[in-house]
Amino acid sequence: MKRGTTASIVKYIRPRTFPTPFCAGCGHGILLGAILRAVDELELDFSQMLFVSGIGCGGWIPSPHFNTDTLHVTHGRPVAFATGAKLFRPELNVVVIGGDGDIASIGGNHLIHAARRNVDMTVICANNLIYGMTGGQVTPTTPLGARTLTTPAGNPEPPFDLSRLVAAAGATYVARYSVWHVRPLIRSIKKALQHEGFAFIEALSTCPTQYGRRNENPTPIGMLRALKRDCVTVKRAQDMSEEELVGKTIIGEFVS
Amino acid sequence: MVVSTKMALDGAHAAARAMQQINPDVLAAYPITPQTAIVQTFSQYVADGEVDTEFIAVESEHAAMSACVGAAAAGGRVMTATAANGLALMWEIVYIAASMRLPIVMAVVNRALSAPLNIHCDHSDSMGAREAGWIQLYSETAQEAYDNLIQAVRIAEHPDLLLPVMVMQDGFITGHGLERMEVLEDSAVRDFIGTYKAKYSLLDIDHPITFGAWDMYDYYFEHKRQQTDAMSKAMKVIVDVGEEFGKISGRSYGIFDAYAMDDAELAIIVLSSTAGTARTSVKELRAEGVKIGLLKPRVFRPFPAQEFVDALKGVKAVAVLDRSISFGAMDGAGPLFLEVCAALFAAGLKTKVVNYIYGLGGRDIFPQHFAQVASDLQDITATGKVKSLVSYLGLRE
Repeated sequence: MKRGTTASIVKYIRPRTFPTPFCAGCGHGILLGAILRAVDELELDFSQMLFVSGIGCGGWIPSPHFNTDTLHVTHGRPVAFATGAKLFRPELNVVVIGGDGDIASIGGNHLIHAARRNVDMTVICANNLIYGMTGGQVTPTTPLGARTLTTPAGNPEPPFDLSRLVAAAGATYVARYSVWHVRPLIRSIKKALQHEGFAFIEALSTCPTQYGRRNENPTPIGMLRALKRDCVTVKRAQDMSEEELVGKTIIGEFVS
Repeated sequence: MVVSTKMALDGAHAAARAMQQINPDVLAAYPITPQTAIVQTFSQYVADGEVDTEFIAVESEHAAMSACVGAAAAGGRVMTATAANGLALMWEIVYIAASMRLPIVMAVVNRALSAPLNIHCDHSDSMGAREAGWIQLYSETAQEAYDNLIQAVRIAEHPDLLLPVMVMQDGFITGHGLERMEVLEDSAVRDFIGTYKAKYSLLDIDHPITFGAWDMYDYYFEHKRQQTDAMSKAMKVIVDVGEEFGKISGRSYGIFDAYAMDDAELAIIVLSSTAGTARTSVKELRAEGVKIGLLKPRVFRPFPAQEFVDALKGVKAVAVLDRSISFGAMDGAGPLFLEVCAALFAAGLKTKVVNYIYGLGGRDIFPQHFAQVASDLQDITATGKVKSLVSYLGLRE
């Protein structure tokens, strides 16, 4: 069977956990598939992988779906729990998967300290700009001016640039792709899984239900098209002026 | 004359409405199910200019309570809301808020603590915080959650107390359950709570002070004694405020809600929304001639020990229902049971008391469970023997 195909990744999924709890049009299913395709293409021993996740929609990507060891922990703490697991079982390939609210907000401190220590693990942050599971509240990655349930008149605070933050904290592999850019995202996850040291991937995801419909982009395809339209590669961005980069998100590898 | 508007609100929206009428100076919070509806509804009031509150959506509950402590120490009237692990994450600062004598009011929508992960109702979150120095009021309905929050402001800010208050309601059952309730006029609430002027506050440049300073074996003990003295004065304040609230709302509040207790030989004690089911069951049992009554405590901290003794005098057998376990306590009992036992023992009463753990993680409780409890109590009075000190309702063994 050809590696990385849908037929080939089904074996990593606990069948009775499907369908996923994700809303129609959620980007997290694409990310779930991308992670498993990367694992499959690398022919990693899935039983020697540990997936740690916290609270929120992103935390549901591995737990309960992945048919290997998963540790489902409290909001914001998966990186800290994963650090402990890695210390005792260094041979495990430890992967943290969580949302922006989990990894970057309530767990932001653990993220920057694990990056500073260069702990050998992969952190994949499914950044959909919102707390999806609790119904759509502002997070530290919500764009300035965006409408959420807790910022109905527009977000008054500027967001984090997560990839820059983690790179500045000392991570030794940092990349950002989106669920529209699936092939480069899979390539990047493969690199991260093989990387020795702290690898961070910011996977831009879509949340039409809680984010898009409050921000004039209510459809799944509309949100994917926005990712296609608004993302520019690191290479292309080098030739663009500051004005041209307004409203754009740079994707690619920042540290490798 | 009482002027109020009948509305259909769930407990979370009722709490948000109370907060809007209280119009606190600062509200700092973080989303957590099933509390989220309170704060997101309140943030709409902020966006619509219906309150003057500085609202901040902080990065965690630890930050939320920290910001509340900062704002309250600066002299503000401060509120927040949380549930379950959110309250657990606040823990460190929950103690500090009480120890600094800051009259913060917090809405807690009761939810089970992890692990395993569960979003439904039990009381493990607020019961875990029972030693933190906060006054604790438990609400059966959305109406009570609304009424208790308004009263909580007056209780917390009473000059004899200056103690934070948490107001509980049951997650989903009350929090997301729509019911008919009465909302007071904004002006009635504002007149009732009045304005708040902190006696001591930060940023009062002519009178600089320090909160939370180094305090060793020389004075720490005395400060804790003052804190517990303040708590001992709280019961009177709670009762006085409850009576006064009755004058503006037609709904007076005391320490308990007693139902069919006057000639009761058997009694059930239970907190919050389960009291509704219990009341129905007691009514049915009374119709069958069983002399049973219901005692629903509204106040758990301070614990109304003497009031329990008075209320249970003459009762032959008592069942205390707990929606949390005090792990490792006598027979794995619940906190409400342990406190009731301690109160009765200290008063020299030899009433038979048994404990039922129920509803953990949102497990439903039904009238037949109360029928079973009543039957057990009848056995105890008939035989004088307690077969099981701690039992479980609705549990698969």
